[in-house]
Amino acid sequence: MKYSIFIFLMILTIGFASGSAVAAESSHKIPHQHWSFDGVFGTYDRGALQRGFQVYTQVCAACHSMKHLSYRNLSALGYSEAEVKAIAAQNTVTDGPDDEGEMFERPMKPSDKFKNPYENDKQARYANNGALPPDLSLITKARHGGADYIYALLTGYAEAPEGETLGAGQHWNKYMPGNKIAMAAPLSDDMVGYEDGTPATLDQYARDVSHFLTWAAEPEMEVRKRTGIKVFIFLLIFAGIMYATKRKIWAGVKKS
Amino acid sequence: MGSGNREKFDNPVVEWVDSRLPVFTLMQKEYGVFPTPKNFNYFWNFGAIAMVMLVTMIVTGIALAMHYVPHAAMAFDSVERIMRDVNHGWLLRYLHANGASFFFIAVYIHIFRGMYYGSYKNPRELLWILGVVIFLLMMATAFMGYVLPWGQMSFWGATVITNLFSAIPLVGDSIVTLLWGGFSVDNPTLNRFFALHYLLPFVIFAVVFLHVWALHVTGSNNPLGIEPKGKQDTLPFHPYYTIKDTFGLLVFLLLYVGYAFFAPNDLGHPDNYIPADPLVTPAHIVPEWYFLPFYAILRAITFDIAIPFTDIVLISAKLGGVLAMFGSIALLFALPFLDKHPVRSAVFRPWFKIAFLALAVVTFILGVCGGKPAEGLWVPLAQICTLYYYAFFLVIIPFLNKKEPVAKLPPSIHEAVLSKNKQG
Ligand code: HEC
Ligand code: HEM
Repeated sequence: MKYSIFIFLMILTIGFASGSAVAAESSHKIPHQHWSFDGVFGTYDRGALQRGFQVYTQVCAACHSMKHLSYRNLSALGYSEAEVKAIAAQNTVTDGPDDEGEMFERPMKPSDKFKNPYENDKQARYANNGALPPDLSLITKARHGGADYIYALLTGYAEAPEGETLGAGQHWNKYMPGNKIAMAAPLSDDMVGYEDGTPATLDQYARDVSHFLTWAAEPEMEVRKRTGIKVFIFLLIFAGIMYATKRKIWAGVKKS
Repeated sequence: MGSGNREKFDNPVVEWVDSRLPVFTLMQKEYGVFPTPKNFNYFWNFGAIAMVMLVTMIVTGIALAMHYVPHAAMAFDSVERIMRDVNHGWLLRYLHANGASFFFIAVYIHIFRGMYYGSYKNPRELLWILGVVIFLLMMATAFMGYVLPWGQMSFWGATVITNLFSAIPLVGDSIVTLLWGGFSVDNPTLNRFFALHYLLPFVIFAVVFLHVWALHVTGSNNPLGIEPKGKQDTLPFHPYYTIKDTFGLLVFLLLYVGYAFFAPNDLGHPDNYIPADPLVTPAHIVPEWYFLPFYAILRAITFDIAIPFTDIVLISAKLGGVLAMFGSIALLFALPFLDKHPVRSAVFRPWFKIAFLALAVVTFILGVCGGKPAEGLWVPLAQICTLYYYAFFLVIIPFLNKKEPVAKLPPSIHEAVLSKNKQG
């Protein structure tokens, strides 16, 4: 029996190993960071989420949409209902038609999706030298390395090495696949004023916004892990009882 | 299934039903007292596990289908809506996506077991063939399911795989147009894949029924590969194997929920969280892990096969790859007729055992090759492994038929178990 389970585990690892067999192909390996949401018991840090959201709104939102999020989702970051309302109302949206058949502008509501900085992709490209800033709602799931990658990317700008030529509007980044990215380094020290006394550094901004983007991609993570622990413990106990029962039922068999 | 000589049930309601439709008698016969070899090891759990996974897939799948929108412009967003706004939608989707992987894990172990212990041999050839039919249907189902979220890998995987059919001479292009419902992978493709993805699991269910029926005609094989000779060799299925299967299932489920809850995206590819874009080709197009060995065989044929000393190409590299890939599964169908050696179990076939375990390793290496870009050393490695895969079936097995000594088998399961207990 030990033998079979061993083989079973081996085959599982095989699945796992071949599943993640494709390597990223930038010039540098993405360093691992410590995140509060790591591991089975990991949770998001509400402070980091709020700061990260602040960085997103004040910097990234100029170019990047987050179309899968609604303002109401922000209550998960610890904002009150009134605060969420106020955040939503900072932007306006075209709604309608009204009873007279006219379109009208109104302040956004918590049920509205995050405002898209551009009317459409064409406009987004036109404003960014032909490059399309990707929607950020799923970005940590859509890149190898997840939050580690986003943090590395945002802090990974450097001078292009000798012999490498950059095209117009391109920048050198150690972690971008192919190392050339059409986004200028978006962050620098003292760019965003934090209210909770957290150091206003490029490194801290990158860390916070990566934290926020992870939440945006996996808002269910805390519930998922909590449920997972319960399910796992239930199955473990159940398996234990079944094993004991099996031993008892089989006790007389082998020797007879 | 006739009511033949039916025994009466004490419970009047049960008896009323059973005398009219003997389902209770059937269950009692097939899952209650069903005589089962007493010497199964834990490899014999995976049939029951695969069955549970199939049901899990159907249940989670139907719930997903209630919220999913099969339209190229909306599919991706509808899956995100399931993940974010549908109550427990994330749970349904992660159980379904990881469930596919674990269904394949169970079935791969199940197939490995069948080959190792010679379960495909007389009289279980048809049972085995039905199993390979299930495997093929599963591959079709999973492939089409992976297209549904309409991410980059969905789209480009579908493009690459459907394009393979264009290698078929004369009718290839028409087949591809038929699959696509147009001239590229697009909304009609998504629609027909969704319809078929909904249908095929029920076809699988029907074939599983035949598979189990065939099993209950021949009875199970066992690690020794010798038929039970009488009562002392078997145990009633219930409670002995119901409890053992339950325990094994729970251990399996622990690993499954471990992935579904704590690493739900580890078995998937990040590119599938980017919406499908026909204008942007991903750097590496890779299928799901469970297809990688076959994908490696497909790409291993990098050369045209031509008539020597002429320029006439008989089989283009592309067609060759497609033939090699489908051939690798066709060989599984043929296995019961290729392997004529009278001994079933690898336990008593040391030569076969080495050759077969090597095949398992080779298949694993093929899986690794399938996940790498087709360049550098990966190509010749995949070619050597493909060669071994084919040689195993077409050269080694016929050779062993003639040359591998026929070992003396234990007189009965009962005596083999006894002597093992004395030693241990
Ligand atoms: C001035 C506009 C602009 C701002 C501000 C901006 N970005 Fe970008 N971003 C872009 C463009 C354009 C691209 C596409 C780059 C490419 O494809 O080469 C991009 C790409 C990205 C990518 C994808 C890189 C990849 O792996 O493909 C990430 C992640 C990203 N930005 C994050 C951010 C974050 C976080 C912020 C805020 C701190 C931010 N961006 C601010 C324009 C911007
Ligand atoms: C043999 C059983 C089945 C297998 C192997 C299978 C496999 C898959 C796979 C691999 C995916 C892609 C998951 C992802 O990455 O998102 C998928 C998606 C899907 N499947 Fe199935 N499936 C099965 C049965 C069913 C059934 C019976 C239904 C019911 C209609 C169903 C409905 C769906 C739907 C709606 C999706 C899209 C949602 C999503 O992507 O999560 N599946 N399936």
